[in-house]
Amino acid sequence: MAKILVGMSTCGLSAGARDTYEELKKLLSDDSSHELTLTGCIGMCYREPLVEIRDNGTRTIYGDVDAGRAREIVDKHLANGTVIEDYAVYTEDASGRKGGAEEPFLTQQNRIVLRNCGVINPESIDEYTERGGYEATRRALTVMTPEQVVGEIKESGLRGRGGAGFPTGIKWSFAAGNDADQKYVVCNADEGDPGAFMDRSVLEGDPHAVLEGMIICGKAIGATFGYIYCRAEYPLAIARLEIAIEAARKKGYLGDDILGSGFDFDIKIKQGAGAFVCGEETALFASIEGERGMPRIRPPFPAEQGVWGKPTNNNNVETYANIPWIIVNGASAFRKYGTEKSPGTKVFALVGKIEKGGLAEVPMGTSIEELVFGIGGGIKDGGEFKPVQMGGPSGGCIPEHLKNTPVDFEHIPQTGAIMGSGGMVVLDATTCMVDIARFFLDFTQEESCGKCTCCRIGTKRMLETLERITTGEGNTEDIAHLQHLAQQIKQASLCGLGQTAPNPVLTTIDYYEDEYIAHISDKHCPAANCSALVSFNIDRDKCTGCTLCVRDCPVDAISGGKKQFHVIDQGKCVKCGKCITSCNFDAVYKA
Amino acid sequence: MKTKEADFAYRLWRYDGAPGELIPLLQSAQDHFGYIPRRAIRYISGVTNTPESTVYGVITFYSQFRLQPMGKHQIRLCCGTACHVAGAPTLLDTLRDELGVEENGTTEDGLFTLFTVACLGCCSLAPAMMINDETYGKLAPGQVRRTIRKIRRQENKKAAMEEVGV
Ligand SMILES: Cc1cc2nc3c(=O)[nH]c(=O)nc-3n(C[C@H](O)[C@H](O)[C@H](O)COP(=O)(O)O)c2cc1C
Ligand code: FES
Repeated sequence: MAKILVGMSTCGLSAGARDTYEELKKLLSDDSSHELTLTGCIGMCYREPLVEIRDNGTRTIYGDVDAGRAREIVDKHLANGTVIEDYAVYTEDASGRKGGAEEPFLTQQNRIVLRNCGVINPESIDEYTERGGYEATRRALTVMTPEQVVGEIKESGLRGRGGAGFPTGIKWSFAAGNDADQKYVVCNADEGDPGAFMDRSVLEGDPHAVLEGMIICGKAIGATFGYIYCRAEYPLAIARLEIAIEAARKKGYLGDDILGSGFDFDIKIKQGAGAFVCGEETALFASIEGERGMPRIRPPFPAEQGVWGKPTNNNNVETYANIPWIIVNGASAFRKYGTEKSPGTKVFALVGKIEKGGLAEVPMGTSIEELVFGIGGGIKDGGEFKPVQMGGPSGGCIPEHLKNTPVDFEHIPQTGAIMGSGGMVVLDATTCMVDIARFFLDFTQEESCGKCTCCRIGTKRMLETLERITTGEGNTEDIAHLQHLAQQIKQASLCGLGQTAPNPVLTTIDYYEDEYIAHISDKHCPAANCSALVSFNIDRDKCTGCTLCVRDCPVDAISGGKKQFHVIDQGKCVKCGKCITSCNFDAVYKA
Repeated sequence: MKTKEADFAYRLWRYDGAPGELIPLLQSAQDHFGYIPRRAIRYISGVTNTPESTVYGVITFYSQFRLQPMGKHQIRLCCGTACHVAGAPTLLDTLRDELGVEENGTTEDGLFTLFTVACLGCCSLAPAMMINDETYGKLAPGQVRRTIRKIRRQENKKAAMEEVGV
């Protein structure tokens, strides 16, 4: 009997996994010898929809499976056992020998956090327990003392995966040390970095691992209630969490007297409502309490006064997902991965101009080059590597010459970027560095909660300056002006949003000042991105002579009749970009 | 399954003064009405004993909440980092031009509302957008226009058929 798994996370579904699943269901409807089920994201987002066949100890994962390929898989693989080599991305035979086109993508990874993602059905608690799930909870609740749990986590050296890298065990010991009638465990699932989605993938692919991490934390610090603050943009993650919580309650892993240990713990999901600053923990607490999500002044720290003024421990999704593994395998096993000061693994979202975009989990200390070129397959369409952007709006651009930098909490900050949540956006020669800085400032300016003047108005002024530069209105003092503002905002902001908002600007000035100067002095955008500083042209190979752009151009700058090549008169063109948006054949380009 | 209306009414009725329920109440009101109408603010303010101004303050803080009705088809164009470098700004221009509205605007016929969002979580399909629950990836301007026009045609056809009573 074969088991067929369809990857049904957000990435799979948006690539069409629902149709694939429905087609398989139809084809297998009168064949009870096969089991069709769903699973989470295995990380190969670039080959979604993915379908895995497990049969007699063998595994075959097929990529880009649309309804047509689904039929072929049923006809050939399920009927005769023939593996369809053309789109088998990963195979494993009964003796464990691995193969397939994308085998290196998976085998170069070490999966602790993603151990179950793409392997089990996230909606089935039984599949989770069959893989050793809830063993850690059992140990922490019935065998270990709270001190031993905190000790083990301290020993492991696990550092928070939410960005700042604070040692988790030490954080737990603070909350454990404060006496109160009620304490809380909070899971930060707000994942605000636009370009990172590992938390979503874990919640959708292995929700019980996060629940377990929270239960164990509750035991360790003496809390009986937990909140998961999940962004509302993740409906599937919320739905799977709800299923998981319900199942855990039924099996007695949540609720009163868990596993007969006398320990009570329950979890509630709180949906965010769309505010980036709510990822900051004190703002998150305010939001849980139903208020505007504005950061609060520290001290008092969350371990003293968090949600509802009670001692609270807040960790990131990925941090919690590490916990059960550490409890079962021990701190020293965890320390075998990663570096002395940043033990363990980290999940990275490889996106942007990269061949193999997806999620990859590697030991801390792996170099950017290994990630981008080794696992990620290099730059898309053979393009030229420029920088990687790490840490999203709080982070920075790490240029090509620093590509040997080990990715961990010690080395990344030295480049001016931050680890952040692990989003790695790979950029190539077509990306304008000034525009990237403008893009992030636009984001932070919009998301500033407005409490600190420097953050509210300072980011606005920086954005205006950057907008001037990208539209060719910049002047020579602008760079110094930006740096000056950046310093003020960093120093005078209350929370991490303002303190880090200037990073994208500072790093791009550090490494790509020549691009700023080209915009300001030469009125030229080297990446041919900023509309005001480029010329619009029509590609003769793509133009079909449909006259659409000729008719749409507001200043009659385009000539050419039906079935003739169209030409833009550069003297008349006002660079409004209308022709790019109206062409049906993508024939208009900037140069 | 509870209907959305019942859910909102039920939540109001069940509300027992527990703190922290303001945002969930607003979310359920928006689920029910499609936006947060004036009267929902009044109900919620009354039941939770929170001044209307405070409720309004919370609504305007969070980008999820809407004070105006939304179009039948909600377009969410991803403007996350990966989509930005893959050409989302051009797509935004295209959508603005095709629909004749700015961000957060609703077309006059009430068919479309245009939103931009930060990362839909399918960066490997960048640039991407969602129209209601459907995701469209690896987009180019022409394809965006065709998609919108197709929906518009279908809606017009439906409206015409309803008018003649088919
Ligand atoms: C503006 C801002 C946004 C943040 N967004 C997130 C987020 O989306 N997810 C997250 O886990 N931490 C986020 N953080 C960090 C949290 O404040 C907090 O440090 C983290 O959740 C602690 O968990 P950890 O110790 O497990 O890393 C953000 C911080 C700031 C200043
Ligand atoms: S940046 Fe658009 S889907 Fe992630």
